[in-house]
Amino acid sequence: MFLSAVLAAATLTACGGGSGSDPDVVKVSFKQSTDNKVRVMDTYLADMKKEFEKAHPGKKVKLVPIKAPDSEYYTKLQQMLRSPRTAPDLVYEDTFLINSDITSGYLKPLDPYLEKWKDWKQFIDTAKTAARGEDGRTYGVPDGTDTRGLWFSKDIFRKAGLPTDWQPKNWDDILDTARTIKKKVPGVIPLNVYTGKPAGEMATMQGFEMLLYGTGEDPLYDPEQKKWVAAGKGFKDSLTFVETVYKEKLGPDVSDALDPNIGTRTRGELLPEGKLAINLDGSWLPQDWIEGSGHEWPEWPKELGLAHMPTQDGRAPGKVSMSGGWTWAVPAKAGNPDLAFEFIKTMQTKQNARKWYIANSGIAVRKDVAEDPEYVKAQPGIKFFTDLVAHTHYRPAYPAYPKVSTAIQEAMEGVTTGDTSVAEAARTYDEELDSITNGEVIKK
Amino acid sequence: MSAVGTRPRRSLARALPAGPGVVLLLLFLAGPIGYCVYLAFTDLQLTGQAESSFVGLDNFTEAFGDKDFRNAVWLTLVFTVVSSLIGQNTLGLTLAALMQRASGPVRTLTGGIVVVAWVLPEVVAGFLLYAFFRREGTLNAVLDWLHLPGQNWLYTLPILAVSFANVWRGTAFSMLVYSAALNEIPKEITEAAQVDGASGRRRMWHITLPMIRRSIGTNLMLNTLQTLSVFGLIWVMTRGGPGNRSQTLPLYMYEQAFQNSMIGYATAVALLLLLVGSLFSLVYMRLLRTEV
Repeated sequence: MFLSAVLAAATLTACGGGSGSDPDVVKVSFKQSTDNKVRVMDTYLADMKKEFEKAHPGKKVKLVPIKAPDSEYYTKLQQMLRSPRTAPDLVYEDTFLINSDITSGYLKPLDPYLEKWKDWKQFIDTAKTAARGEDGRTYGVPDGTDTRGLWFSKDIFRKAGLPTDWQPKNWDDILDTARTIKKKVPGVIPLNVYTGKPAGEMATMQGFEMLLYGTGEDPLYDPEQKKWVAAGKGFKDSLTFVETVYKEKLGPDVSDALDPNIGTRTRGELLPEGKLAINLDGSWLPQDWIEGSGHEWPEWPKELGLAHMPTQDGRAPGKVSMSGGWTWAVPAKAGNPDLAFEFIKTMQTKQNARKWYIANSGIAVRKDVAEDPEYVKAQPGIKFFTDLVAHTHYRPAYPAYPKVSTAIQEAMEGVTTGDTSVAEAARTYDEELDSITNGEVIKK
Repeated sequence: MSAVGTRPRRSLARALPAGPGVVLLLLFLAGPIGYCVYLAFTDLQLTGQAESSFVGLDNFTEAFGDKDFRNAVWLTLVFTVVSSLIGQNTLGLTLAALMQRASGPVRTLTGGIVVVAWVLPEVVAGFLLYAFFRREGTLNAVLDWLHLPGQNWLYTLPILAVSFANVWRGTAFSMLVYSAALNEIPKEITEAAQVDGASGRRRMWHITLPMIRRSIGTNLMLNTLQTLSVFGLIWVMTRGGPGNRSQTLPLYMYEQAFQNSMIGYATAVALLLLLVGSLFSLVYMRLLRTEV
């Protein structure tokens, strides 16, 4: 059975229906939510289609939704991109994998279009680099981003006698606060840091990288030498932080932390029910608490506080965040690239971009929208997370990244369960990194 | 002369009706398998690479050098032996034997319950057993009621939990096979043994088992092959975790193919899994031959 699944994946790349050759139709592929109640993107794109078709008489937009969870969406998309017969004209690409798809030759450089597009200068620089290939050309237009920080329960803080306008200055502040909570408010989880393989990329990005990028020395990748960086002091310090959280029982019970559903539980249960004091997590959490989500929690702005993640010892700029997000890209094998870019322009007028950010609780990557009062007031916390964009980091999402990420998760899991020491975990990571990248590793 | 001339023509005409079937088989079965074998010797990736190339045996040497692969092979063997050889097979035989003696209604009821577990789609069964084993699940609720300590079974004993799930799901098949086989045994033989004063256990060991040996062999083979390819059940319950502690070969393959995008490497692993399945089959076929 499984053999046939792998086979299907391999053979699918060679066949498929449809054709991208009708010059008047733009085919747009996007990720449709697996939750039937969530139709944010469908509604938005239907509006854009109407607007586009009105402005371009005789042209049609055909929406091609792909209904799948993230990891399967990538797989399906990559299979479509391999052949001119299945490649759409426009695709929705996660910055997580865009570089990998650029290397595969699946995407078209957009520089000739971007040069002539006056709105492009509104996009902030870090967001522009997210869709830039190693060849220096840009392959996608970002439609928003996300940032990360510390969510905390004001109620638990009050019970522990802590200030409800909490802002830790460094890692020790966070750990000390968690220790105080553990002592004074028994029965709650003081601090959640995602960890281990079951949590997947959530562990790497919300957990480990939020620490690592605040150590100031060890980025994962050196863009100048185009090499990955071996585990140095910052890497080990970050692992030690994770180890401390779980060894001192400041975090969730290890078996809960390593449950694949920990993310859903944190948002849906632990935070709303007041069982978790501090949560290191992303800007999108309120998505789950708005009306119609199934976990309505309109009181959250009163009950939760927000603090930015400090750097390890408070060194400048004092705060750290990681960003991901999605981009609109044109496949190399698209039949109508020109028309596809016209559709991007329609979606990215200032009004339409603002509409999109507000609809999906996204964080703006356009300067004009970020300053727009309507956007800033749309949701509590949006200003806090938008301000973090200035101090955010994008992952080195090169082709080896997914494997590097898994290696990080394994290192985290080792120190979380206590099966391996920090030194051992770092050594194993170095070995894995070496084999993943064929030795393209530097020590710092 | 004429005989020599006509024979090929006649056999050709005879083969004609089989033609479309052969073509379809070649196209949809042999074709993909051949392509799969070819891919196993390339470094094809789903993304992250402009061109794929032939790499010879690299994928295989890499697999054997990878501790995660060896771990997956070991777990696959544990999973197969515990859940298929011991669990499904023995339990299915026991149930079938017990049901021979049970009254009509009891037989129908037991049979019904067991078969429902088998009819359920793999993924649904996975969710049910996840709900059973999880920390706030049914098992711990029962243990708590009995004042026994509970634990997070999916974390402490993941491979045993998924093995149990597979036993739960797959026993019905063995039960049906063995029920049919037991019904085939002529009544006179067992009655004669009974008259001769053979105890129940002796009758089972010296008469029943030898007479259904063929079914045992067939059942073992089918069970093993099915168990080797179990994916959905484990994926839903543990996703191969925590860590890699329930990552059997199919899950390892999935991770390599669709999370790490390494299609070439994953197909090589698929071939190795095929090899493991063939080895098991060979052993069973030998057993069958000597006993008949």
